[in-house]
Amino acid sequence: MYTFSNRLKIGSFIAMGLGVIFLAIGFLSAPSTVEEAKAIVAAHDDGHGGGHGQEAVSHGGDQGHGESAAHSAEASHDEGHDAAHDEHLLHQLQNKPWAALYVAAFFFFMIALGVLAFYAIQRAAQAGWSPLLFRVMEGITSYLVPGGIIVFVILVLSVMHMNHMFVWMDADVVAHDKLLQGKAGYLNPTFFLVRAAIFLGGWIFYREYSRKLSLAQDESDDNSNFVKNFRWSAGFLVFYLVTESMMSWDWIMSLDPHWFSTLFGWYVFASMFVSGITVIAMVTIYLKSKGYLEQVNNSHIHDLAKFMFGISIFWTYLWFAQFMLIWYANIPEEVTYYVARFQDFKLPFFAMLVMNFVFPLLVLMNSDYKRVNWFVIMAGVVVLAGHYLDVFNMVMPATVGDQWYIGLPEIGGILFFGGLFVYWVFNTLTKAPLQPKRNPFIEESRHFHY
Amino acid sequence: MASKVIQALYHDDDVLMHAVKKVRAEHHHIEEVYTPFPVHGLDKAMGLADTRIAITSFMYGCLGLTVAIVMMNYIMIEDWPQDIGGKPSFSYLENMPAFVPIMFELTVFFAAHLMVITFYLRSKMWPFKKAENPDKRTTDDHFLMEIGVHDNEKELTDLLWETGAVEIKVTEKES
Repeated sequence: MYTFSNRLKIGSFIAMGLGVIFLAIGFLSAPSTVEEAKAIVAAHDDGHGGGHGQEAVSHGGDQGHGESAAHSAEASHDEGHDAAHDEHLLHQLQNKPWAALYVAAFFFFMIALGVLAFYAIQRAAQAGWSPLLFRVMEGITSYLVPGGIIVFVILVLSVMHMNHMFVWMDADVVAHDKLLQGKAGYLNPTFFLVRAAIFLGGWIFYREYSRKLSLAQDESDDNSNFVKNFRWSAGFLVFYLVTESMMSWDWIMSLDPHWFSTLFGWYVFASMFVSGITVIAMVTIYLKSKGYLEQVNNSHIHDLAKFMFGISIFWTYLWFAQFMLIWYANIPEEVTYYVARFQDFKLPFFAMLVMNFVFPLLVLMNSDYKRVNWFVIMAGVVVLAGHYLDVFNMVMPATVGDQWYIGLPEIGGILFFGGLFVYWVFNTLTKAPLQPKRNPFIEESRHFHY
Repeated sequence: MASKVIQALYHDDDVLMHAVKKVRAEHHHIEEVYTPFPVHGLDKAMGLADTRIAITSFMYGCLGLTVAIVMMNYIMIEDWPQDIGGKPSFSYLENMPAFVPIMFELTVFFAAHLMVITFYLRSKMWPFKKAENPDKRTTDDHFLMEIGVHDNEKELTDLLWETGAVEIKVTEKES
């Protein structure tokens, strides 16, 4: 049995505490009036005027301007546009702490969900190498419950107009937007929350039920629990592939409700899959360094690192497939998505590519390095930071525009959810023996050797 | 110069692996093992040096990438400047996304083909070369271990029978 080390527990509490403080500062310092918003921007940079024109172009498809068209019908055009622009700026600044909260909440939730998919694949494939790691995976997927509920609460608060992250939730915007009216049958607040509840319900149900069967298998004297788990896992994968895709449209793609990409679900999947596998490898190495999981050998670590390498390439493939088609065709309504990122998000956009592709490609290519624990940990830290930036790049341009920076609320979000994640995962790990006893493949996993 | 070798045949790859480990433990030098299929871990058991083909593969990949970049730059930018995707920038860097598939394919093409050619050259294989295989059955279901004999024929034969060989013969070998 694993015992939660005090240092790690205290560390996770400190991270959560600091995170709450940082997030609170972020929420309190958000402006509540247009004048305050203008003052903040004026104080931050004087050169902002130059960027104004560009920003108006890059946000041509943005919904704040749908509003602006409506308002300017009454006032003279220039005045109306300025006023609408100021309001848009206010919304962006008000969104900032919310978006920071949402990015971090989604990122850690996505890790648990990616691990759940990996776990279900191992179960459905009846993989022989991985049963020794099942308890680690089950520990990480336990975060699905608090993480999923927090994301759901943020979505509910968005529907209640606590923030302006999802512009299509604003009835006023939809009333002046033909495209959003066309999508309203699917993209409306009620159906949105119903879908989210179904997705989360299904995922959490599978996680809890599979965990129950997995623990029951240890005590039973036949393999019926194992077979049941296999069937449920195969079924879950079908459910997951559909719902994960829809989740990515709902929770992320709809932040830019005019824009769409047909492989977005896969793209988000690749991101969560590689982050999840990375966390499995990191937790395994941590537990091994503390003297647990003594049956796990470096061939297991090698395999996890191979997955990290492979799925990083897969992520790049999808990222590029999405980018190149849009870049090549250069259709205005599609290309705004990347124009916004190229103009206002150069640093996180390109840093993400280096961290998620070039770095793992070069560092994890050599087969010997995949067996060196500190190498895998180091690569894992960079990959995780890269995928945080990936989510950042997906959420921020639509919610805060050019007002982004990685400041207190962003770091606070990472600290809070990181602390909660560590606490929840390691607390679950103490609940059951780290090595499954009666998994029919446990012998094969123990002797796994490459 | 002809040298005397002893050849032991085995039926099973597990038996062969144990035999290889045992023969090595007795400090005899195994010259070669012929198998009908690649046996996992045999290279480590025989104490062969790690393959360096991965390094050549990486270098060939880099060469392929360079060829692709130089080639596309010459064809699409310098020799006959192309307006790609309605973006007439005529700069390699700005048109790079369009060239990535070619860069990728040529990297793989060079790495794969040159690696195979390197492997053939290093293994001294070429068309119409006479097979070095001492026994036809090693292409079917037998495994053959070859050990050089240095006035210790009796000792080696006993050892090999002990390891579970199904057939042992001593022959002269051209080298």
